[in-house]
Amino acid sequence: MTDLLQPRAIGQGLVRRDGEAKVRGTATYAYETPVDHPAYAHPVQAAIARGRVTRIDTSAAEALDGVLAVLTHENAERLASTEDRELAVLQSPEVAFRGQLVGVVLAETSELARQGADLVRVSFAEEEHDSELTVDHPALYKPDKVNPSFETDTAEGDVAAAMATAHATVEQTYSTAMVHNNPLEPHASTALWEPGAQVPLTLWDSTQGVHPDRAAVCEVFGLDEEQVRVICPYVGGGFGSKGTPHANVMLVVLAARALPGRPVKLALTRQQMFFLAGYRTPTIQRMQVAADRTGRLQAIAIDVVEQTSRIKEFAEQTGTPTRMMYAAPNRRTTHRLAPLDVPVPSWFRAPGECPGMFGPEVALDELAEALGLDPVELRIRNDPEVDPETGKPWSSRHLVECLREGAERFGWADRPPARHRDGDWFVGTGVASSVYPTMRQATSDALVRFEEGRYVVEIGAADLGTGAWTVLPQIAADALDVPVDDVEVRIGDTRLPQASVAGGSSGTNTWGSAITVAAREFRGKFGAEPRDGDEVTGSVDQAAKDTEHAAYAFGAQFAEVRVHADTGELRVPRLYGVFAAGRIINPRTARSQFIGGMTMGLSMALHENSVWDPRIGQVANHDLAEYHITVNADVGDVQAYWLDEHDPYVNAMGSKGIGEIGITGTAAAVVNAVHRATGIRVRDLPVTLDKVLGGLP
Amino acid sequence: MKPFAYTRPGSAAEAVREVAVEPGAVFLAGGTNLVDHLKLGVARPDLVVDVRTLTSREITDLPDGGLRLGAASTNSEVTADRRVRERYPVLAQALLAGATGQLRNAATTGGNPLQRTRCVYFQDVTTRCNKREPGSGCSAVGGYTRYHAVLGVGSAMPDPTAPETCIATHPSDMAVALTALDAQVQVLGPAGERTIPFGELHRLPGDHPSRDTVLEHGELITAVDLPPLPSGARSAYRKVRDRASYAFALVSVAAVVAGEDVRIALGGMAHRPWRATRAEALLTGGPLTEHAVAHAMEVELTAAQPQPGLEGGNGFKIPLATRTVVATLRDLTAEALR
Repeated sequence: MTDLLQPRAIGQGLVRRDGEAKVRGTATYAYETPVDHPAYAHPVQAAIARGRVTRIDTSAAEALDGVLAVLTHENAERLASTEDRELAVLQSPEVAFRGQLVGVVLAETSELARQGADLVRVSFAEEEHDSELTVDHPALYKPDKVNPSFETDTAEGDVAAAMATAHATVEQTYSTAMVHNNPLEPHASTALWEPGAQVPLTLWDSTQGVHPDRAAVCEVFGLDEEQVRVICPYVGGGFGSKGTPHANVMLVVLAARALPGRPVKLALTRQQMFFLAGYRTPTIQRMQVAADRTGRLQAIAIDVVEQTSRIKEFAEQTGTPTRMMYAAPNRRTTHRLAPLDVPVPSWFRAPGECPGMFGPEVALDELAEALGLDPVELRIRNDPEVDPETGKPWSSRHLVECLREGAERFGWADRPPARHRDGDWFVGTGVASSVYPTMRQATSDALVRFEEGRYVVEIGAADLGTGAWTVLPQIAADALDVPVDDVEVRIGDTRLPQASVAGGSSGTNTWGSAITVAAREFRGKFGAEPRDGDEVTGSVDQAAKDTEHAAYAFGAQFAEVRVHADTGELRVPRLYGVFAAGRIINPRTARSQFIGGMTMGLSMALHENSVWDPRIGQVANHDLAEYHITVNADVGDVQAYWLDEHDPYVNAMGSKGIGEIGITGTAAAVVNAVHRATGIRVRDLPVTLDKVLGGLP
Repeated sequence: MKPFAYTRPGSAAEAVREVAVEPGAVFLAGGTNLVDHLKLGVARPDLVVDVRTLTSREITDLPDGGLRLGAASTNSEVTADRRVRERYPVLAQALLAGATGQLRNAATTGGNPLQRTRCVYFQDVTTRCNKREPGSGCSAVGGYTRYHAVLGVGSAMPDPTAPETCIATHPSDMAVALTALDAQVQVLGPAGERTIPFGELHRLPGDHPSRDTVLEHGELITAVDLPPLPSGARSAYRKVRDRASYAFALVSVAAVVAGEDVRIALGGMAHRPWRATRAEALLTGGPLTEHAVAHAMEVELTAAQPQPGLEGGNGFKIPLATRTVVATLRDLTAEALR
């Protein structure tokens, strides 16, 4: 049990502290950092999917007036560590995927850098490449672990036996598309290398964590942490793609070190982001579910096939939610990876849970249909009392309440019959569950200082649009028992105490815990009347840590889908979510997180699809005109509600993390509603009109 | 990206002269397509001649009861014009279905129909493309063909190495409506003025997929004339796409029904807006029943060639086009009955 903070500022829907600066355009993003006399970098990319660079002719680029340098594997400095081959930029002639960095041009203007990059002539020795994921790919292998450190396979009981004898079974294969994170702000940086300075490298970078970013740079370049400062006050979205640095960060540092004393700016173009900034692997999910006559699950199994790059393993933990979501005595989960000549997959909002709540939640809908049971009721009947995987009790689990409240708010009981037609549209409704684990990182420190009558809290946290600038003061205010206006929080700089990545929905849980430790210690040490300059640093590892419970946030999503009877066009006029995600620190920013996640889930359901062209080894539709993201006109009435959940086991705030759960389950709810509307079951995402057209009257 | 010279001549005639004498010159109007292509390296002109202020921005009544759209009028302005909305709803609807508010504020009457055909491979200079680099081949065949042509292509899976192969589609919604309206294009060129029926402005790839239109180098559109429609005529534009806004058409239909006369133009189906003349001939004078329309479209699409490719190819366009035409004409007919 944790001593929960008494909520006073917590729970208030305060406006974003950074909102005005962003709206006015005065918030400074990494690329815009005002610096003297910057140089600009533009990458040169490989035009083959596998092979070697045989020759790079940089003479025409170098001859261009205003070009300062052209770096290639032939003249770039040797890096201290090339262990992470994604980050080992310009170290060898080997090409492991199309679009890989093979050079960079530095010039006086961004236009000249781009023109120079165009003039670099690269010759390749091309080899046969293999970039197409298939369910029976000959090179499929079992990784040692899946992200971040889960068992690759699990098994309990006998799924096959249960499938053979159960009253109702579903055995189907589902697939999710390759998707790219596409934050609005591209991956962008400004880097300055001043060899004689006390801190020789200053890096303004768009990142989800300045300290992890710095650690990666130090590793690659063999620098001490004291030699590097990373600054990032604002991030224009990341969705995981800025959670660990990608090659562009190493490239800009490499470039800066080649131009000592001059700041170098590098922003990836939207097209380059489709090669260099990570993406979610496509997944193929073979599901088996079995139930008895009453709808009690007898078995649930998921066998996942997905891809990784040949040069770096990334094993999306797609099967993990199947391990804990529902009570079934026989369970199996497996993951197999195909190592391909493709860009390196990486983190994407709710890695594991997002794709992993598609197959199972559609399979349950198919099972409910086979049983003649309401899909809400089926989920309620299979709500486990303890975590099926570990046997631990839940810290709190209110999925059933979310389903019931959602059904009530949505009007589920009065939903139209299957294949209901309203004018030109077929109308259907669908439901799916949501889940996301409640995490806290091991390392984060916060400093509390009394300064001219106010409390200053310093922590190197990141706000990627999530609300950290706003909610951390609320936590600090309650931990210090002062009005929130008396608290100033400073984040986004490695000069501040170390902080963990804004990822895994763990930011608020982790940083808030560190702040609470520091604040309580501050009060213990200095009482209610501190003197100017009094300060204390607290660490998250001092915060109470519960290991006796399985901690997750849960939710239920309800979708109304309309399918045009003539054209198969799909619309989602209503999408409701009810979440049990612990105590909500700030309802305003929380709502934004929930509906943002749900909208991204809608986008995954209907639109997002990086169409892989295996002939050339790249995403064919690599820009935002052709890679469709749900636009405003596609978004109807999206509502997020949450239960007033009290969880004394997770942390001092009672918060569970809300950045990712909203995207989980949404696509399944939409697919299930499409089926209800049309009788057509689409098992591969996204649901596009051509997949339903043939089944329409 | 490559540097280019930029000029703003004082008159349309001067602009035409400047472009005519420089093989690497292009006109710039709204820039919504050209500027993208400059950044992507798809367009590599030596000289960009800005004509934004050199042609009329007015929408004026013609003596025959039609309208003249000055080439510099923006898509937003044409859409907002009451005469256009009342007399040519198909055009207003087509314009509103295109792009986004920001783009429609920039795109012009003269420029919109001259946007290049759309293809992800055309836009990617690292791939082979006969349109971009004549003779280099076509990457789209057997690739991502979802948005590609099924009409005006010789076969399913044409030879990707043949220099004439191109299966791109023309993306302009406006052009599909103007095709159905039998608009006339007023052109100023080095050899003087000429008028081109809108339906003849765009071309099929033929032996020269690099050419999207019949305009000669240096020819500038100065206006587009809309002939009057018979009284009682009704028209509509229906665009089917992958999301509700800001997406190119999978299939679109511009339809005009005027008494016995039926006009149908299709977008998203070919290298040019596709006038469904065979279907029109079958439907003219007859009752517009769903059965009759579906049959007429079947005849029209007999020659259609579904293009296999990633994500299942584009064969769905054939039933989709028929269904969309049926729905559009059903709505127009129902409107007439009200």
